[in-house]
Amino acid sequence: MKLIDIVDKLGLKVFSNSDKLNEIEVTGGYTSDLLSDVMGNAQEGQIWITLQNHKNVMAVASLKDLAAVILVKSIKPEENFLKQSVEEGIPVLGTDRQAFEMSGELYKIFN
Amino acid sequence: MKFTYTIEGGDFSKAGHASSSVKKVLKQLNVNSKVIKRIVVALYEGEVNVVAHAYRGKIEADINAERIYVRIEDEGPGIPDIGLAMTAGYSTASEKVREMGFGAGMGLPNMKKNTDELKVTSEVDKGTTVEMTTYLK
Ligand SMILES: Nc1ncnc2c1ncn2[C@@H]1O[C@H](COP(=O)(O)OP(=O)(O)OP(=O)(O)O)[C@@H](O)[C@H]1O
Ligand SMILES: [Mg+2]
Repeated sequence: MKLIDIVDKLGLKVFSNSDKLNEIEVTGGYTSDLLSDVMGNAQEGQIWITLQNHKNVMAVASLKDLAAVILVKSIKPEENFLKQSVEEGIPVLGTDRQAFEMSGELYKIFN
Repeated sequence: MKFTYTIEGGDFSKAGHASSSVKKVLKQLNVNSKVIKRIVVALYEGEVNVVAHAYRGKIEADINAERIYVRIEDEGPGIPDIGLAMTAGYSTASEKVREMGFGAGMGLPNMKKNTDELKVTSEVDKGTTVEMTTYLK
């Protein structure tokens, strides 16, 4: 599924790379606030749901070829995080919902 | 082909640079993307461990047609019990490092799982050397 459809369906905020949403293919999601967990277990094309707000998130997302990052609980990405996201071309998205609710809604789309 | 990188302990802003650079090289060499993924996971964890746990370090990557060999050598506190450090969930990471989402004690297990050969040697109060070999085919 295209990222743009997920953003529309779930009403997500788009903090960066809005021009790339219709190019990016999404295969599912992974929810975790532990970077080594994501490094070890997330799969290419997944959306990463987290509350971690720093640029190492983008380093991991890029190394793992993830589709996008969703920041939960109304968190706004810090400046270096956002900058890195533009460099990597991986969108940072946002929601007011907490991780459980966000994960549930994304899960429903794929199952 | 040989590449070297330096790592500063405590500087999380640059963590992942070497991994990202090696990933690009392997892509250009048309290495299978699954193999690239494994190498990158292991290298990133090694890089972050120097940033999180040591004072400074050096990465050397040597790539030929058959394999990639990476050596990460650091000056730091060393690892007193390598067997214990390799245990999933074991971590001595500081509170600050944990708040960033590091310190799950999954890095060394990730490295073990994603390399063909992993060798960790360490001397307390001197430093740690991690050697990883992964075959490209
Ligand atoms: N280069 C190093 N120098 C000193 N100690 C290290 C080094 N690498 C690992 N260790 C020790 O081994 C422990 C386990 O390392 P491991 O990478 O598995 O987990 P972590 O770094 O604590 O957390 P995570 O990797 O999940 O973010 C560390 O907490 C630390 O005590
Ligand atoms: Mg680690």
